[in-house]
Amino acid sequence: MKYLLLIYENEQAWDAISEGERQQIYGEYRQLREQLLSRGQFVGGSQLQPISTATSVRVRDGKELVTDGPFAETHEQLGGFFLVEAENLDEATSIAARIPSAKTGTIEVRPLVETAAPASA
Amino acid sequence: MSQARETLEQVFREEYGRIIATLIRISGSFDLAEEALQEAFISAASKWELEGTPNNPGAWLTTVAHRRLLDALRRDRTRTDKQSELAFETTRLQPHVEPELLEEAVEYPDDRLRLIFTCCHPSLTREAQVALTLRTLGGLTTTEIAHAFLLPESTLAQRLVRAKQKIRLAGIPYEIPSVDRIADRLAAVQAVIYLIFNEGYAASAGQTLIRNDLCAEAIRLGRVLCELLPDEPENIGLLALMLLQDSRREARVNNGELVTLEEQDRSRWDAREIDEGVNLVQRALRLRRVGIYQLQAAIAAVHAEARTADETDWRQIVALYEELMRITSSPIVALNHAAAVAMAHGCERGLSLIEAAGADGALQNYYLFHASRADLLRRLHRFDEATSAYETALSLTSNEVEQNYIRGRLRSISASI
Repeated sequence: MKYLLLIYENEQAWDAISEGERQQIYGEYRQLREQLLSRGQFVGGSQLQPISTATSVRVRDGKELVTDGPFAETHEQLGGFFLVEAENLDEATSIAARIPSAKTGTIEVRPLVETAAPASA
Repeated sequence: MSQARETLEQVFREEYGRIIATLIRISGSFDLAEEALQEAFISAASKWELEGTPNNPGAWLTTVAHRRLLDALRRDRTRTDKQSELAFETTRLQPHVEPELLEEAVEYPDDRLRLIFTCCHPSLTREAQVALTLRTLGGLTTTEIAHAFLLPESTLAQRLVRAKQKIRLAGIPYEIPSVDRIADRLAAVQAVIYLIFNEGYAASAGQTLIRNDLCAEAIRLGRVLCELLPDEPENIGLLALMLLQDSRREARVNNGELVTLEEQDRSRWDAREIDEGVNLVQRALRLRRVGIYQLQAAIAAVHAEARTADETDWRQIVALYEELMRITSSPIVALNHAAAVAMAHGCERGLSLIEAAGADGALQNYYLFHASRADLLRRLHRFDEATSAYETALSLTSNEVEQNYIRGRLRSISASI
């Protein structure tokens, strides 16, 4: 199954850490990515630009509305994601627990909707 | 009731968890497994009435349920759109869906373990874990579970549907957890079983204090867990704890009034349950891996072995609570420790410990904190303070039996002033 691991972090706390710590965390991320790649479990993933760069798009009555945001008043913001291949939820949560930000933020684990295999398979 | 019908109900209760566990492994679907087993019970109801009860009713049901499941799987396989119903673990489960294997009705002893760990998976809410465990492993009907928890049947039915859906869609595995996880997962299973017991033992709402059906079911599940993982001392401790608490059931309520441990008629305690409970505690402690259930069971055993309240070895109980406080920081344990200290070393010392346990405010909304505090104040003849503490306790419980108990205490205080 494929799982999307959404990484929620407190942006302010992330901004506040020293450059040295930041580099170390990036190093840990690279390592995890390498591990997942070598096992064929890495489907995709990236860090996201801060929430201040977000744009919302809505189409209502055929009209396109583009606005700044959204800026929900939440303690943690979506800061990145991994898309991984895992046998089951336990394996997906094991990977999630190895994401460096799991120690300070929250990782939301969401299974992807997968289309059923053909009956003959 | 006819004999066939009676046998069927008994077999239903005893074999449900075992049979369904295997059907789920084979089909990878809770729903298909439930349907197949339901159909098997329906055909048993008519067949056994006519032809008599088979020699091995459990095996009969297993075989018929497996055939029904196989039919259902065949029907499903001819329809591509239905394929997604078999989604979870489809790839790995596929080889088992071969007719030859099914006809043999293979049962793995591990199936019920898989089932219990799946039902109590941490990604399900505690309410869902409880409902699913009672429904599948316990074989209780949705109506019975709803009734036991005083919930509308539709609420419970929806809870079960959502839980099963999550198992399927989120890919919750039907597996015994890996070694590095099993301790946590087992603790969750134990917590679910003990929660079922407690809901029965101290029903949090309604007119009766004890719901015997839930207690009996929890004890039965506790036995299953001991049977499946017999070398886990906490499984034994949990079963012992439930038996020892249950042994006091008859003495605990009198004419709808709550009777404290101190005032209970000990001749009404269930000697058979006490015997079994005490033996289990000893067996668990010999395994030398102490835990919260074993210690609580050991405390209950000290109470059970005292012929009168005065004979209670309070020093031993204090020591056991201290051991318990070393492994859990629960304020409720601190509260019980304080109450034991009051009995062993005097109410003054107990009261100051209770105040300390409640100092951080965590127990402010806990009925027993105020009731225990009130009880010590009453014993110390500080009646005004006792009255106000009892009144706070009264406002915090919705159980009528507990409310009556406090009202009785309040009356006896105003009589003694």
